Amino acid sequence: MAQKQLIHVKVNGRDRAAEVEPRLLLVHFLRGIPGLTGTHVGCDTSHCGACTVLLDGKTVKSCTIFAVQADGCEVLTVEGLMTNGQLHPLQEGFKAEHGLQCGFCTPGMLISSYALLKKNARPSEEDIRWGISGNLCRCTGYQNIVKAVQYAAGKLEEGGQGGSPNVS
Amino acid sequence: MIPPAFEYLQPRTIPEAIAFLQQYGDDAKILSGGQSLIPMMKLRIARPGYLIDINRIAGLSYIKEDSGYLKIGGLTREAELESSSLIRSKYPIIFDTSRVIADPQIRNQATLAGNLAHGDPANDHPATMVALQAEVVATGQRGERVIPIDSFFVTLFTTDLQHDEIISEIRIPVPPPRSGGAYFKLERKVGDFATAAAAAQLTVDQQGICRRAGIGLTNVGPTPIKAGKAEAFLLGKPVNEANVTQAAQLAAEDAQPSSDLRGPAEYKKGLVKELTRRALLRALGRATE
Repeated sequence: MAQKQLIHVKVNGRDRAAEVEPRLLLVHFLRGIPGLTGTHVGCDTSHCGACTVLLDGKTVKSCTIFAVQADGCEVLTVEGLMTNGQLHPLQEGFKAEHGLQCGFCTPGMLISSYALLKKNARPSEEDIRWGISGNLCRCTGYQNIVKAVQYAAGKLEEGGQGGSPNVS
Repeated sequence: MIPPAFEYLQPRTIPEAIAFLQQYGDDAKILSGGQSLIPMMKLRIARPGYLIDINRIAGLSYIKEDSGYLKIGGLTREAELESSSLIRSKYPIIFDTSRVIADPQIRNQATLAGNLAHGDPANDHPATMVALQAEVVATGQRGERVIPIDSFFVTLFTTDLQHDEIISEIRIPVPPPRSGGAYFKLERKVGDFATAAAAAQLTVDQQGICRRAGIGLTNVGPTPIKAGKAEAFLLGKPVNEANVTQAAQLAAEDAQPSSDLRGPAEYKKGLVKELTRRALLRALGRATE
């Protein structure tokens, strides 16, 4: 058995430390140690994107990176999108535009969309589809997900809250 | 799926990483982007006892022109290539290639060097690097060794990279004026490996005569295929519709596809012809715009 290593990961603004086996995947760390089960294990083969989180500001599939690689880094999961009890405009958008049915892919969709809007505040429909191309949804046919992201982009442009989620 | 247990090593310098490679031999693997390696470990196709994570080695991630070469660092990610203005403006063939690799999350992690070192003929950069006549800089105990791309890929999942070497840099000769390139890929869905793909890089003179042609093919053989007959055919000829079509036909003859879930071999040959034709025409357009 490989030696356990002490790691510190700042998850949604809170420092989480644990001794972990090197083979522990980041997604299992997030679900197991702080109990943040919003990040889903979908295909487990880096295809579906349900496990997408932000790692130091970039989207990664947390089933395809080891927790030890995130030592000293900042992670944002879907639980970190709300600010002071207020839904992020993206969360609002998914609700208002019916951007989900079963909801399994939604946490990954939200994080990918969040990263997209950070880089590109006014994405075209094609930009949105390209931005979520690493996230599979088997229910919606993507139409309403695209609308939800457009809704959020509009809200954020109006100066709606939630540009920076609660990571302090 | 939980990967098999391994010892995790985090060198801070290349010499430290090489020392680990020498110490643990075949039981060690380099962890770079990990986007091929980690899935392979989950499936038990790879079971390294030691993972040498090079991600914290400083100074290995860059994209710059220097001494007649475009130099790309051993840790440079696909997403960095995709968003680089130098790559977009002067090396659009690399932009085309990076953009169609897997998906955004994977491109945030995956590296060009890893894409080459993995030796998978289904990967996209190998054909592009063949078209660009790149050089792979392998750093080992005795220093740097420059490997021309044409001798880098040995066979399926096997490259000329020695066990105690790390790809520290990829070098691409800066193309002369009136050069252009393009990469065309057919995939079943976004993020899939290529059913087939073609990379083309051209240099033409004022009269439109071909002065340099590089053509590489993806996933139609045990290694990326250099379409040598097509390249030789174009050299010294005007790059026009008829010659491009003939070159594309020759490229299809050089392809060695096998029938699989992505289609029968004959179909893939036809695909290579059409993709090569399109890649050459777009390369010409970019060379002369």
